[in-house]
Amino acid sequence: MSKPKPRQKSSLWLTALPLYIFTLLFVLGPLVYMVVLSFQQRAEVWGVLNEYTLDNYLNILQPVYLNTFLQSFKLALASTGCIILIGYPFGYFMAKLPGKWKGRMMLVLMVPFWTNSLIRLYGWIIIFRANGPLDALAMGLGLTDEPLKLLYTYPAVLVGMVYVLLEFMILAVYSSAEKMDWGLVEAARDLGASPLRAFWTVTFKLTLPGLLSGVILTFIPSMGLFFIADILGGNKIVLVGSLIQDQLMRAHNWPFAAALSVILMAMTSLMIALYKRITHTSELEGIL
Amino acid sequence: MKAKRKFRLSYLYLGLVVLFLYLPIALVAVYSFNAGRLSSVWEGFSLRWYQELFRDKELFEALWNSIVLGVCASCGAAVIGTLGAVGFQRLRWRSKGVVEYISTLPMMTPEIILGMVSMAFFSLIGLPFGMTTLIIGHTAFCIPYVYMLVKARLVGMDKSLVEAARDLGAGELQAFFDVTLPLLAPAIASGMLLSFVMSFDDVIISLFVTGVNVNTLPIKIYTQLRTGVTPEINALCVLMLAVTVAGVGLSALLGRLGGHKKKEETL
Repeated sequence: MSKPKPRQKSSLWLTALPLYIFTLLFVLGPLVYMVVLSFQQRAEVWGVLNEYTLDNYLNILQPVYLNTFLQSFKLALASTGCIILIGYPFGYFMAKLPGKWKGRMMLVLMVPFWTNSLIRLYGWIIIFRANGPLDALAMGLGLTDEPLKLLYTYPAVLVGMVYVLLEFMILAVYSSAEKMDWGLVEAARDLGASPLRAFWTVTFKLTLPGLLSGVILTFIPSMGLFFIADILGGNKIVLVGSLIQDQLMRAHNWPFAAALSVILMAMTSLMIALYKRITHTSELEGIL
Repeated sequence: MKAKRKFRLSYLYLGLVVLFLYLPIALVAVYSFNAGRLSSVWEGFSLRWYQELFRDKELFEALWNSIVLGVCASCGAAVIGTLGAVGFQRLRWRSKGVVEYISTLPMMTPEIILGMVSMAFFSLIGLPFGMTTLIIGHTAFCIPYVYMLVKARLVGMDKSLVEAARDLGAGELQAFFDVTLPLLAPAIASGMLLSFVMSFDDVIISLFVTGVNVNTLPIKIYTQLRTGVTPEINALCVLMLAVTVAGVGLSALLGRLGGHKKKEETL
């Protein structure tokens, strides 16, 4: 760490110290320890040995774990795809609402956004339960004669994932569509571009930061939010997140859990780096 | 004419998605008044589960823990985040950029990783798991929200106001408390509100850093959802929902106040 430059008239910089210390101690410290831990060897029963090894990373290459990664990756792709399909138009249309309705829509979105995600998932348990509202509806419409048994299946987990993460996409897309100069779209139309072409060359390009930011905010969590797979999938669907939790809490294989986390973290960093590369911005859109 | 029609369709779309977002929440609320034990079958209106809820000591303990945790984490984040944002503006250390980046990392890191690393780290340094570790863990992921909001407000702030105060003889501290802090208040308040909600909602990090006997409300609900739900959870959910709606209302009000202030500044 370098020393403060001599000509620092203000002493207000001192107020940065708590953040500095807290960050180094409780954010950087744990992250560094995660990397160290991932190279350590697991002790027979409990804890870790002070020997360094690559075993934890090689362990991930076992078919069982690779499969988990693949499954989890597929689910994340599927949920992110659905979220884009539902969320992008929503953010776009919302930005086109007349002024005061934008504010109102924002409030409408805030209630589910701020509602505890477990409560929201519980609502889906009620819906999916055998002989629940969905079954009643399907049977009432004559679509099926017996309960659909949707709870604890892959589609249930997918719906839960989309439901919990959708609003991140909406808010991200909305925030970049809102800033957009709609005059540019008109200009493109005046110059003879078809609506589709105008959308593709102007609107889409300008809302891309929001879309990509939304992808980051939904894709990575869909690999980690193990409680969704737990509650709606009943242990049948194993995410990378579930694997980490399991290794940590039940198998007590901390180094392996750390290695898995390092991989997940590397994927996250890669996505964020790509995002910065493509959009030339440093902060994710719509995160606040 | 054509454009108008298109717009109507988009309204329909917005409405449908909002319905999708609200339906599960509404169902939880409706079933909390269900007299029957099985939440899938409607057996008539009753306040039974609300009565049972108020008798459940464990649940109230968990609720209390969650409130204490939320308040401590959001206050901690408010102090550290606000001071940090103010200080970082003046700081000229070369490591500043890196530290600033690291401090906002918890916002972008998957919760599962934050939980995992915190758990491993706390056990490495020998911190006993419980309320303390919960507060530290939650403060860490709340700080970035306060920091970013306050920083944005600082950037938009009229610096001549502080200079004027200094010219009129105010000390640096006095200028901070009399001028800067009141101007930052709306940003700090919304940062704290956001922090509280995030903390109150958190399952993953809490699961990892909590002690054996300390339950937060989300942990309690999570355990019940996995092992078998008692219908009083529905009632509890409705109460939490009421708190959320109140929070959203409060933040709308804060936003309006903030907007109002901005108008005054330009006058």
